[in-house]
Amino acid sequence: MPVATQATIKSPPQYTEFHPRWYRPKVSVYWWLGERHYLKFILRELSSVFVAWFVIETLMLINALHRGPDAYAQFLQTMQNPLLIILNIISMFFVVFHTITWFNLAPSATPVRMGGKRLPDAMIAGPAYVAWIVISAFICWLVLR
Amino acid sequence: MAKHESNEAFFWILFSAGGMLAALFIPMQLFLFGIAFPLGWLHAPTYDNLMALVRMPLVRAYLFVLCSLPLFHWAHRFRYTLYDGLKVKHLNEVIFVLCYGGATLGTIVAAYLLWTIR
Repeated sequence: MPVATQATIKSPPQYTEFHPRWYRPKVSVYWWLGERHYLKFILRELSSVFVAWFVIETLMLINALHRGPDAYAQFLQTMQNPLLIILNIISMFFVVFHTITWFNLAPSATPVRMGGKRLPDAMIAGPAYVAWIVISAFICWLVLR
Repeated sequence: MAKHESNEAFFWILFSAGGMLAALFIPMQLFLFGIAFPLGWLHAPTYDNLMALVRMPLVRAYLFVLCSLPLFHWAHRFRYTLYDGLKVKHLNEVIFVLCYGGATLGTIVAAYLLWTIR
């Protein structure tokens, strides 16, 4: 008996390598295609790519103005490329989609409280739409006058 | 950790300021220069008229902000689209550098062009 006890004490306990694994179901790369809300979310996020495209076009315009009247004429000519027009029409859809989703989310992102009560969403989104119309009309007037 | 969080807040402010500017100002400008002028629906302004506008300091400041902040808006959203949407997580640092590096580069180009335009 004493021999047996000694043996159990001498040999170090054998542990098996055990790493607890979290339960993480595999999600497909295309998880956002399944449901309308997820698709809307991804399209909203992708609208930023078209926002960036607009900035690139604006930098091209400023660069053309920087270089002089001929470069500006060349820029206007380039913009008539049918592929660019199609890309800009697609961009237009995405940018307007960005504007609408942005204004509709604003009340959730910045809830305004007045007299202890939260202002109704339309009281925040409404003025944003009015501002959008006024600013758009002003830009139109400024550029076309 | 605290530093990381404060950085997030900073980038989020750039993101939301850019998103607001993009929402209010981009649609009309894109419609005019990207669709209406190229298709001949409206007459594009002459070089002199447009330059008269751009020479105004306020218009230059506006154009600078309109180029810079929406790029940071893009950087933020695009980073998370790649992260969550396409699950590109192993390239997180590279994507971060490319997105914010691109936005910074665009900002520098805009600043240079608008500062030196005559």
